[in-house]
Amino acid sequence: MITKTASLKFYEVIRMAKRRAVVSVIGKDQVGIIAKVTNVLADNNVNVLDISQTILQDFFTMMMLVDVSEIESLEKLQEQFNPINEEMGLKINIQLEDLFKAMHRV
Amino acid sequence: MNIALSEMQETIRMVQMESLDIRTVTMGISLRDCADSNFEKMNARVYEKITSYAKELKSVAETVEKEFGIPIINKRISITPISEILGNATKEQAIELAKTLDKAAKTLGVDFIGGYSALVHKGISKGDQTLLDALPEALSVTERVCSSISVATTRTGINMDAVKQMGLIIKDAAERTKDANGIACAKLVVFCNPVEDNPFMAGAFHGTGEGEVVLNVGVSGPGVVLNALRRYPDVDLGVVSEVIKKTAFKITRAGELIGRVVAQRLNVPFGIMDLSLAPTNAINDSVAEILEEIGLERVGTHGTIAALALMNDAVKKGGAMASSYVGGLSGAFIPVSEDNGMIRGIEEGSLTLSKLEAMTCVCSVGLDMIAVTGDVSPASLSAMIADEAAIGMINKKTTAVRVIPVPGKKEGEIVEFGGLLGRAPVMGINPFSSEKLINRAGRIPAPLQALIN
Repeated sequence: MITKTASLKFYEVIRMAKRRAVVSVIGKDQVGIIAKVTNVLADNNVNVLDISQTILQDFFTMMMLVDVSEIESLEKLQEQFNPINEEMGLKINIQLEDLFKAMHRV
Repeated sequence: MNIALSEMQETIRMVQMESLDIRTVTMGISLRDCADSNFEKMNARVYEKITSYAKELKSVAETVEKEFGIPIINKRISITPISEILGNATKEQAIELAKTLDKAAKTLGVDFIGGYSALVHKGISKGDQTLLDALPEALSVTERVCSSISVATTRTGINMDAVKQMGLIIKDAAERTKDANGIACAKLVVFCNPVEDNPFMAGAFHGTGEGEVVLNVGVSGPGVVLNALRRYPDVDLGVVSEVIKKTAFKITRAGELIGRVVAQRLNVPFGIMDLSLAPTNAINDSVAEILEEIGLERVGTHGTIAALALMNDAVKKGGAMASSYVGGLSGAFIPVSEDNGMIRGIEEGSLTLSKLEAMTCVCSVGLDMIAVTGDVSPASLSAMIADEAAIGMINKKTTAVRVIPVPGKKEGEIVEFGGLLGRAPVMGINPFSSEKLINRAGRIPAPLQALIN
């Protein structure tokens, strides 16, 4: 039982903050990437908290931090990015921020 | 503090390009309350318990992997060593029970179920012997059932009677699955100093000190370590250790997070995080290639043990800081058939069976997924097991033998096992006999190392 309590506590700690996710976009730079991605987010009422992007030798990388507290299924959101992936030859992924925090913050 | 762009990119690169994944989430389930003198009742209870406890395991793991964007490759189950609940069951009933476990695994969609096991490191009880008798057939008529037999520990010494039997069992199991290159043996591991919370197959079982149900996690990440080292080609070995340590820390943190989330959602306690680097046949996902990157032309040459010791220790140091509950085997795995670098080392003649044995002195497991010629004698297999057990016993560490005598195959031929089990070059063994040693039987007494109280 002790382990169980500990695991709940750990989980509560990481859930105390807002549920946030990282949207990563990687691919060849072209017109309209940000517009298309943010359109999907806006349609789902997802607020963007932070954006950073770089372009390195025509290679576009964008990371967005978004608030997904109200989103029940990230999987469904991910599915809505898939058509853009195919249309523009991009790799768009949405994943919970907790993974990045665990790996890069002590 | 928000995560920097470069850090996000690092994580995404690790997952998408360097094969970082969660190798397994393994649910340990106690079957002790299923024991019954009526076999039919026991059989039904075992099936019922496993399929109800692990009902959500696959679906929850799949949801978590999508939400966190990190693949969970295997979903597995470990159970109480079956010999402990066999009681008066017959050999035929023990085989029936293996089929039940196989059916449960298939119903749940889990990859493997481990724990068709017996702990016989000091003596063999009635149930243990029934299981040993049933083993060759049980492993050849099932697909997903894995077995482990403990034949030695530092505290008890080596049970050479059991070791002798294991040589015969391995031969028999190989012969029964000769159409599939002796695949039954890939699901059987012989242990010295086994651990009770190992999430990796084929050696997973739910030990007697464990609770009703638990969730253990194993990560994978040789590819990530390899790529990290490639960015530092000219640094000294202290820095090499530092790079591996930092990488292992990050990998372990990812694994622990995923493990805890899966455990929480399944409403079971989180057990341990096994920080072993488990290789796969994917490009660059090889432990051997890490050793080569450290500075060997080919794995197996002089210096291999030193490089492996350095790597294994650095992985542990990084991992131990990253997780509060490190357990399982937690070291470097060197399975031959699952590691492209090891396969190449053997094919090119730099890596030999004796060097692999020596490597097991400084890394976690043992002779793992090694194919040997089909005409090997049971006594030689037993002697091979005895050697590994002695290394484990004296060094107070886990060692294991998972060896496949491939029927009809000769040295140098390549055999395919398929899937995660990979492919292996068949190795020749020492042609001189160990028959007399094995036929003496009895028990090798516990070493002085056991007297620690």
